Amino acid sequence: MEAFLHQIFAGIANGGIYASVGLALVMIHQATHHINFAQGEMATFSTFIAWALINAGWPYWGAFFLTVAISFALGLIIQRTVLKPVEKAPVLTNVIVFVGLLVIFNAVAGWIFDHTIKSFPSPFPKGTFFETKYFSAHDIGSIGVTLVVLVALYCFFKFTPLGLAMRAAAQNPESARLVGVRVSWMLGMGWGLAAAIGAVAGMMVAPIVFLDPNMMGGILLYGFAAALLGGIDNPWGAVIGGFIVGVLENLLGAYVIGTELKLTVALVLIVGTLIVRPDGLFGKAVVTRV
Amino acid sequence: MNASNKKLVWIGGLVLLAVLCVLPFLVKNFRVFQFNMVMIYAIAILGLNILTGYNGQISLGHGAFYAIGAYGAAILMDGAGVPYWATLPFAAVLCFVFGFLMGFPALRLGGHYLALATFALALAVPQMLKYKKIEHLTGGVQGIVLSKPEPPFELSILGQPLSADRWLYFYTLFVLLIMFLIAWRLLRGRVGRALVAIRDHPIAASAMGINLPVFKSITFGVSAAFTGVAGGLSASVVAFVSPDSFTSFLSITLLVGVVVGGLASIPGAIAGAIFIQYVPNVADEISKSAPWAIYGTFLILLMYLMPSGAAGLVSKIWSRLRPASTSATSSPEGKLS
Amino acid sequence: MKRTFLATALAGLTLAAFSGTAIAQKKYDSGATDKEIKLGNVNPYSGPASAYGAIGKTMDAYFKMINASGGVNGRQIKFISLDDGYNPAKTVEQIRKLVEEEEVLATVGVLGTPPNSAIHKYMNQKRMPQLFVATGATKWGDPKNFPWTMGWQPNYQGESKIYAQHLLETKPNAKIGILYQNDDYGKDYLKGFLDGLGDKAKTMVVKQLTYEVTDPTIDSQMVELKASGADVFFNITTPKFAAQAIKKAAEIGWKPQHYLNNVSNSVGAVMMPAGPENGVGILSVFYLKDPTDAQWHNTPEYKEWLGFMQKHMPTGDLKDLNHVFGYTMAQGVVQVLKQAGNELTRANIMKQAANIDMNLPMLLPGVNVKTGPDDFYPIERGQLARWNGKTWVLEGKVFGR
Repeated sequence: MEAFLHQIFAGIANGGIYASVGLALVMIHQATHHINFAQGEMATFSTFIAWALINAGWPYWGAFFLTVAISFALGLIIQRTVLKPVEKAPVLTNVIVFVGLLVIFNAVAGWIFDHTIKSFPSPFPKGTFFETKYFSAHDIGSIGVTLVVLVALYCFFKFTPLGLAMRAAAQNPESARLVGVRVSWMLGMGWGLAAAIGAVAGMMVAPIVFLDPNMMGGILLYGFAAALLGGIDNPWGAVIGGFIVGVLENLLGAYVIGTELKLTVALVLIVGTLIVRPDGLFGKAVVTRV
Repeated sequence: MNASNKKLVWIGGLVLLAVLCVLPFLVKNFRVFQFNMVMIYAIAILGLNILTGYNGQISLGHGAFYAIGAYGAAILMDGAGVPYWATLPFAAVLCFVFGFLMGFPALRLGGHYLALATFALALAVPQMLKYKKIEHLTGGVQGIVLSKPEPPFELSILGQPLSADRWLYFYTLFVLLIMFLIAWRLLRGRVGRALVAIRDHPIAASAMGINLPVFKSITFGVSAAFTGVAGGLSASVVAFVSPDSFTSFLSITLLVGVVVGGLASIPGAIAGAIFIQYVPNVADEISKSAPWAIYGTFLILLMYLMPSGAAGLVSKIWSRLRPASTSATSSPEGKLS
Repeated sequence: MKRTFLATALAGLTLAAFSGTAIAQKKYDSGATDKEIKLGNVNPYSGPASAYGAIGKTMDAYFKMINASGGVNGRQIKFISLDDGYNPAKTVEQIRKLVEEEEVLATVGVLGTPPNSAIHKYMNQKRMPQLFVATGATKWGDPKNFPWTMGWQPNYQGESKIYAQHLLETKPNAKIGILYQNDDYGKDYLKGFLDGLGDKAKTMVVKQLTYEVTDPTIDSQMVELKASGADVFFNITTPKFAAQAIKKAAEIGWKPQHYLNNVSNSVGAVMMPAGPENGVGILSVFYLKDPTDAQWHNTPEYKEWLGFMQKHMPTGDLKDLNHVFGYTMAQGVVQVLKQAGNELTRANIMKQAANIDMNLPMLLPGVNVKTGPDDFYPIERGQLARWNGKTWVLEGKVFGR
């Protein structure tokens, strides 16, 4: 029984990672209606920037917030420069641009920071007061951070004029322009926010999985799954989806099919869930006029 | 098209064919190997294009069908001693079945959800290939080492012998022509129009009597079959299959090939194949320290310059040069939802 | 009479001296000239195994250093290293480029078991040396069937057998949990270990779990291993996952007797990130000197390596064992080239490679490099070391032949 509980808790801890990545993906989708495949690599790159700052002597939280700010700016700049020329192009063209960004970030991170794994400090080291037997301090702390980001995002989109303008710009750019929303800048801000959230996710993930250019590769699929399972337009769904994915992954690997076919089982699960609920567990069905 | 134009096209085609036949004897075997890979990728990209370009169903998992085709052919050759040329129909049928099966859940999924499901497939297949219960068939993590087929007769052109690579070149070229012909017949007629109709206006299409579920699933199957044939060819050309050869990056690479070549374009597949085969090598020569950054930059620049792929660029140039002629043969490029 | 005798003798000696030089005449295969020797290499500089790209880079830097001081027998080494991203299909292409287009004299240090498997047959068909492959898979030392392929490092099965032997001697009734990477490398280690345990494997091994390189974490596996009640842990993982495993074991309070495979015992890449106090008591086999081990820091061999790193690889991580690995292999290559002298044919390269008997500075004392016509495993010896929280402390004897 204890082992079972332990697997569940380990799954929740992992799920926190997937939740934060899923959140960044949902963020970008809310702002631009695209899924950014380069999200993982951008998050890794941001984490490297934080690592470099910390190595240069910056205190943790100073480096943290500076990295978030830099990532925001980077996301905004990328949207305004790299993505603007293909704004009106078909979806797949954009997808290929994302693939290009993915590859560039990965290669540049490896070139600048090399490929050996690096340890990244946690702001919740061993011994912090809320540590428990099943969850390390960092696990709890990072889930906490994710929840804070989630709540902040939710309030931002629901209650602030800027959030409303961003949602309008993504859903109906023509009408939004007519009422005075500067659509292009909204898209840029959406990217900036997503990059910032990605940076937070990266910095929460790195202490567990260690920092190297390929850090996010394996995680991105699960973050993607979390976002979609929860419904691509629903930030709460992404977080809950993340936890579900984390727990199921662990339980299935340990008790059902063994570690050798874990990915296959994940595939079947994802496909199965989406067949039953094609808009995700918590998503809204979109109805189109003929 | 008037008679003199038709004659020009025929003569042009024959000249092209002659050049293609002499080409492998003008270059070293290693280059011929690269040409073979380009042709194989072209077939794989064509397969994906049928599904994604013409039918609008995005797949990030076609590497899985390539792998199934390759392993299917390899197991037949290695385990059952089947001659290499007989493995291709088997690979096609096997992949059709898997693709068709994948088509059913795909019916309910659209856009991003389908992308996720197919991406999960791309990740799951290498793991399945390593599964120990089927290890005796698949070679498990070690993969299967194959022998290159030897040419059935001796020949020497321009002083160069007909080596295994050159023989495979002609074999692959033959298969390529057949696959392209099949695609052309399929996509130029009613089937092609139905696919495009499903892509652009699915509700109207089904209102017009097109059986959406069956059509879409069959399309998935056919698309998988094409890519599976490419995989089966690669088993002979590379002479080695292992799970590491078919990672998720292959699926992404095939999609890159489709978009760079041009959605809903048959000749575009060749442009896309040339890109994915050669540009990484070119990038490697430009920068030793971060070649993939160069590759990514090329990708992005290409998307700026030709958002509709190479085929889109060609048809744009063509329509500029001949504004008066009504081009009844250009295929429409729609948007994906 | 005496004068004629002397004259003849003198003439005879002169003749002998001249024909002596004539015997050492030059013979070249493509890739070798009076001025240059072309060597080929394929390493994963991108993709999931990109951390090992440091090996190729170190070899390149070493050869540049040799070139700067005159090269080998007056010839400059041209080291052409290409990326395959650990994708065997790409390895085939790059190797064919090196063999058929660049026409290198030999290939050295091609990395990874699947990549080398993909080109194994081809290299032997083309009679091209596949020298010092950078993988410990046991199948590379087979001169009868594959005379052009030679291994380098102690093979994985041999290493596992050392752990098995040690375990049987110290804890014959242990319960063993194993975590291994689901690929050739992992399975090779596993096989050696189970073979080494013999009949007792069935009763002693209580849990065998795998993971994929694409998995984000192995936390679930570690939890399961602890729950199985195992008190011995054989850790067959690559550096990133090894660090995760060590860290997680400490976090969940699991303190088994921990055997760590040689691939992941680097202080800089694994032990430090995992938390040095978490790894206390871990055992691993070594054949190279770990550059962070203070006991070597005052030796001339270490200082020489350090000088090389500072001058020729200033951005390299001094804690990364890959740099020592590449350095040592490059030295082995240079020795083979030296021995080949002016007869730079592929056949002679293999002949000289099968005729090495030397010590290299960064190998552990007692570990040598020795080959013979039947022995295509250059390095076969190793020694156990135990982590004490700060460094690896060698213990016991040097194993291997």
